[in-house]
Amino acid sequence: MKFREYKIGSRMFGLAFGLSMTITLLFPSFDLAASVSSEVGLDKQLAIGWDSGWQLSDPTLLGLNKPLKILVKKDPKSGKPIEPAIYAYVYPAGTSLPNGVIHTANLGHGVEELSIKDGRITEAQKKDGAVFIIKHSDHLETFEGKGHPLAYVENATATMGWTPDDVIKAAADTDILHAGSGKTMFVREGCWWCHTLLPEQTQDWQVFGAPPMLGDFNGMSPTSFGSDRKGPDLLHVGSRNASREWMMLHFFNPRLVQPHSIMPRFDYLWGKVDAKGDKIDFAKWRKEYDEYREGQRTTPPDVPMYAKDSEIRNLIDFVVNLK
Amino acid sequence: MILKYLFAKNKDIPVGSSAIYFGFSSILWFVIGTGLGSFNAAKLAFPDFVTGTEMFAFGHMRQVHVLAVIFGWISMAFAMAMMYITPILGNTRLWSEKLGMWNCFMWNIALSLGLTLMWMGVTSGREYSDFPWPIDLAVAAFVSIPLAVNVWMTILTRRTQGIYTTNWFFAAATFMLIIVFLVGNLPEYFHLTGLTEAYMTWWFAHNVLGLWITPVAAAIAYYVIPKVTGNPLYSHRIGHLHFWSIVVFYSTPAAHHLMSAPLPEWLKSFASVEGVLILVPAIAFVSNILLTMQGKWNMFVENLEIRFTVVGVLLAIPLNMQGGFQQTRSINWYIHGTGWMVAHAHLALLGFSTFLEAAAVYLGLQTLMKRKLYSLTLGNLHFWLLLIGFSTYWISMTIAGLIQGAGKIYEVPYIDVVIAEHPYMIARWLGGSMVFSSTLIWLYNMWMTAREGTIIPSGRMPHELAYER
Repeated sequence: MKFREYKIGSRMFGLAFGLSMTITLLFPSFDLAASVSSEVGLDKQLAIGWDSGWQLSDPTLLGLNKPLKILVKKDPKSGKPIEPAIYAYVYPAGTSLPNGVIHTANLGHGVEELSIKDGRITEAQKKDGAVFIIKHSDHLETFEGKGHPLAYVENATATMGWTPDDVIKAAADTDILHAGSGKTMFVREGCWWCHTLLPEQTQDWQVFGAPPMLGDFNGMSPTSFGSDRKGPDLLHVGSRNASREWMMLHFFNPRLVQPHSIMPRFDYLWGKVDAKGDKIDFAKWRKEYDEYREGQRTTPPDVPMYAKDSEIRNLIDFVVNLK
Repeated sequence: MILKYLFAKNKDIPVGSSAIYFGFSSILWFVIGTGLGSFNAAKLAFPDFVTGTEMFAFGHMRQVHVLAVIFGWISMAFAMAMMYITPILGNTRLWSEKLGMWNCFMWNIALSLGLTLMWMGVTSGREYSDFPWPIDLAVAAFVSIPLAVNVWMTILTRRTQGIYTTNWFFAAATFMLIIVFLVGNLPEYFHLTGLTEAYMTWWFAHNVLGLWITPVAAAIAYYVIPKVTGNPLYSHRIGHLHFWSIVVFYSTPAAHHLMSAPLPEWLKSFASVEGVLILVPAIAFVSNILLTMQGKWNMFVENLEIRFTVVGVLLAIPLNMQGGFQQTRSINWYIHGTGWMVAHAHLALLGFSTFLEAAAVYLGLQTLMKRKLYSLTLGNLHFWLLLIGFSTYWISMTIAGLIQGAGKIYEVPYIDVVIAEHPYMIARWLGGSMVFSSTLIWLYNMWMTAREGTIIPSGRMPHELAYER
């Protein structure tokens, strides 16, 4: 190691590698940290919660530690009807709060200040749980010379006294979306190996909808854009098709509604029992389906209605919520 | 056997033991990885093949295939090459055979554990960095850091004055792998979210290929070709150009994986230009190796290791022509997210790099075990099945990708794209199955080499002996 060349070489290496890290990591971090959460971004982060991949509170990805997105039609405190109905994001006691509430800087300039001052989000506590709603500011924020109302997060537990239990109790089951747990299913089952969540900035978006904007991902983890498309993009699938019946048939066996589909069957997400609590006989179903495919039956066997707390319900809730 | 050496004194472990264990481990992971790949391909061609079980769902197995070949086959073959080539080039022994044995043992344990959990669905949901962060830390602690320490210490304790090209690459790539692994997983340790997470995911994925797989595979060619042909490397100066342009150009274009995400436009443009500059190291590498072959082209036909190496180097030409231009905006919008990319990824990992690693494992196992290859016939069968299987895969997926790209820009209903791709999915499965069968043949051949190969007299290289079967 007495060789002078190696000293120079090592320093050159440090310089070259350090320069490339500066350009590819440090410089973009300023731009990315400056992104202001859009209303779409707030909705996603509040509906999906803290994380959807592996986390200490959900080590086997069962969809635990997740909020509920609930359509609130009447004030859970006073019982007065709310017109039009609004969505509340309910974090039951013990659920990790979303990233933007724990690290408020994540919301971005303007949204952060409003959410703290008017929305009182810093008062939310994980141990008590909290209910959040999205509000729009009265005064216009100017950005590049144009004024527009900023959406911000309000802690409805602090401002209106709505507790998670109140909101859950007042809601019908059909108004509750398990979209957060559904995202965990989406990650665990590898839906994103074939379906992207990123329409491209070309003709692609005339079929699959608008490409996402800068503030649409704040607080989301993982973003699971996907890179390898073998099926349609799903970022706006709920706007194209929000039929739960279609989703149910399609997930149980995609060939029931689309004979040429190459999507796997996700019948195992139904679990052991159907909505009535009866045991699902998968072997019988598959046998009858094979008979139908071979022309021995005129109709395929009926798809069992999924139970309210089944994993497929979470996944369907997530998918129809992708507006 | 391995247990005996784990607790032996360093000086009592035979020279080359860790390389031999790494070599056989890598072949086993190659069998597992390509077996999974072939199974997955069958599911894409025939969606009702093995259905209704969570454990055999495509979404549970796809990432296991990818990580088994990257961190099992490719990286372990690299470790094998490092344990074997680094000391030879320094005219010394491996710094610690014992560390090498532990490295191999823990690597197999960490990878089996990580892949089993991932198979069950325990994932961070980030492509290529799918392992949850405790496994990531285990990989850093038991896989990449011990490997790097062994390589660096062997280079520091060398008994030659200079450091040969191959060892620059080994030393730098092991260092860069640690950095890439620790930095690329920052989103998991510190729960970084949103676009930062997306960008860091692809920063990791790009750099693990560009700063680990590409340079180490190239470093193998820098060793095998001069060693076996007896020709000196054509130009060390072009080797310098290759090394430095890898560090400068290959480490920067990570954003080209996310050209359609709302990343800063300057970053995307920068990545696009830097991406084209990948041609600099590529051309330097390919020309340097092919020019080193001058006067020895007969060995391309006669010698198995040379044939594998040169084919790997030749495949670097289409690989880098694709890689250099497919991330420019004008081409990326057509092929992004299509089967073209799947074909390109297999060209890089199953074409270019697998052929080079196979050469290193063939040469290294024969040299260290002092046994001549058991059967040239089986070796040829391995080579041709691998090459034809890979080509079938690559061509069919490239065609499927172009169909998909056309479907994308002409707004064809997606299901029509699926229907049009079907024949190519079957071809891909056939190609993948050929690759899988070739790995079984190889495993048998190397096993028989260990047991029944002719003993190579000391002071002789394997290629100096004639093939016998």
